[in-house]
Amino acid sequence: MKKDTLSEKKKHKPARHPADESYLRLVFRRFVHHRLAAVSLIVLGVIVSAALLAPIIAPYDPQDIAGPFAQPPSGSFWLGTDQIGRDMLSRLLYATRISLLVGVMATAISTAIGVLLGLIAGYFGGAADMIIMRFTDMVMSFPYILLVLVAAAIFRPGLVSIILILGFVDWPGIARLVRGNVLGLRETNFVKGSLVAGMPLRHILFSEILPNTVAPILVYATSVLALSILDEAALSFLGQGVQPPTASLGNMLNGAQSLTVLTTQPWLWLPPGLIIICIVIAINFIGDALRDALDPNGGK
Amino acid sequence: MGKYILKRILIAIPVLIGITVIDYAIMCMAGSPLAMLQGPRVSEAAIEAKEIALGLDQPVWVQYFLWLKQLLHGNLGYSIKSFQSVSSLIGRHIGPTLLLMGVSLLVSLFLAVPAGIYSAIHQYSKGDYAVVTVSFLGSSVPGFFLSLLLIDLFTVRLGWLPSGGMTTLGTAGGAADVARHMVMPVMVLSFSMAGSNIRYIRSAVLEILHQDYLRTAKAKGIGRFKVIYKHALRNALIPIITVIGMEIPVLFGGAVIVEQIFSWPGLGLMTMSAISSRDYPVIMGVCLLSAVVVLIGNLVTDILYAFADPTIQLD
Repeated sequence: MKKDTLSEKKKHKPARHPADESYLRLVFRRFVHHRLAAVSLIVLGVIVSAALLAPIIAPYDPQDIAGPFAQPPSGSFWLGTDQIGRDMLSRLLYATRISLLVGVMATAISTAIGVLLGLIAGYFGGAADMIIMRFTDMVMSFPYILLVLVAAAIFRPGLVSIILILGFVDWPGIARLVRGNVLGLRETNFVKGSLVAGMPLRHILFSEILPNTVAPILVYATSVLALSILDEAALSFLGQGVQPPTASLGNMLNGAQSLTVLTTQPWLWLPPGLIIICIVIAINFIGDALRDALDPNGGK
Repeated sequence: MGKYILKRILIAIPVLIGITVIDYAIMCMAGSPLAMLQGPRVSEAAIEAKEIALGLDQPVWVQYFLWLKQLLHGNLGYSIKSFQSVSSLIGRHIGPTLLLMGVSLLVSLFLAVPAGIYSAIHQYSKGDYAVVTVSFLGSSVPGFFLSLLLIDLFTVRLGWLPSGGMTTLGTAGGAADVARHMVMPVMVLSFSMAGSNIRYIRSAVLEILHQDYLRTAKAKGIGRFKVIYKHALRNALIPIITVIGMEIPVLFGGAVIVEQIFSWPGLGLMTMSAISSRDYPVIMGVCLLSAVVVLIGNLVTDILYAFADPTIQLD
């Protein structure tokens, strides 16, 4: 599977030998070795903190008409103003906030569902496994974006529904991953030992099996996060996601479907697009470095 | 082998039935067609008559089987907007979509296969870093944003390519004209697909390069060229099959957005307009069709896989 990348080079470097190094420190050291990921972490950190601090650092209220409409960037409006005179920088900050919120919440929901179903299917096997995995196959057969669009058409589009829709559609990958890992773990001696010792089921599932499969889940969740942010953007761009006046990175690009905006007002659509790319590529690089850093078979 | 294929097909059947159930359930959730009839000039009795005519007074599962029976006769229902049958609507729009998807898949493979193999063979070289970085860019740039950039560049600034449609209005069209209209949508679709494909093929080839039989081949001293081109690449066929299988759902999804932006007159554009007018029979017809195509695609991939890799566990 995909476990190699740029950072594999580390495997060929002579290992220093800090015998007392903790696992987390080892992971961290391997992680920062992936230069692009280290840079990505900083970029993402800046974007996330700017988004979190939006109420403090945004120069204007994102909903307020602050100046003349459709003004190019200037000293008082760093990124210009939109067609009705709202400050683009403030809107961009709040939009990033919304898009990150959607991504994180949707990922949390789909990871929770996927982990739960994967644990059940993998541990109990038999009929439960059969039913859950066939259901997973069914959901996976529907093209993802089509399913999301249909759900968005049925439920009134909006912030909460978009989070729920993305969360409830994107779990099959995680379920499959967890199931596969659990199948392997179930046969290990420490799990069998707990079974023989008569440990309660909850303990075996959540304290023995789950911690041992956290690493791949974390890696997979980063790719789900990247995808959720991309999908929110696509949906909102198509007018089926986050609804104005709330700004999201996707619906800020919506205006660029008109030719005048596209050709003469690039400050309205280039910044949100570039922010999406920065966020998503940073998350992808981080996920990639995590995959290598958490790999128990990787070198030091 | 025959047993394996039979087993795969037997597993696919309940999934297929499940897909129709989900599809029907979503359609039910979307609301009853009677709600669309209601109005001041429609009497209660007329609605009731319609309810019986449509079989809506029956229990849900009976309705499902009635719907399934129609489905097996090739009847996907009727558009509530244009009153045309969904199957004829799909039939009319599927050609352009298949053309777009097929060409994009080919282009993305032409990009990804050599790039992925090159990257794996020259692991950790500058070229490898460049290829992998570009592939990350490919899977991180939203398709619609790339489309906007391309339209801005090729249509507005350079004036080289048309920004929408399949043929120039008022002309006879012809293959060259269609090809010109196809350049940008194909670029967008294949770039984003090539992104993940390059990384997949790269790691698959890397895995092959570390196999024992390659070490043996190298040890025989037949030369680097022969090792790679005779022994390694033949085995790279298997990941390529996987890639094609993985791309089918991505293609359907990507087509919806790309067709919308470039007004490509295919299934995606039809679906988007059905979504904006809440034309559920059409939407669910497309969903059902694409889910079935994806399912068949996976089945064919699994079977091809078994042919291409004789060492695969068939049970």
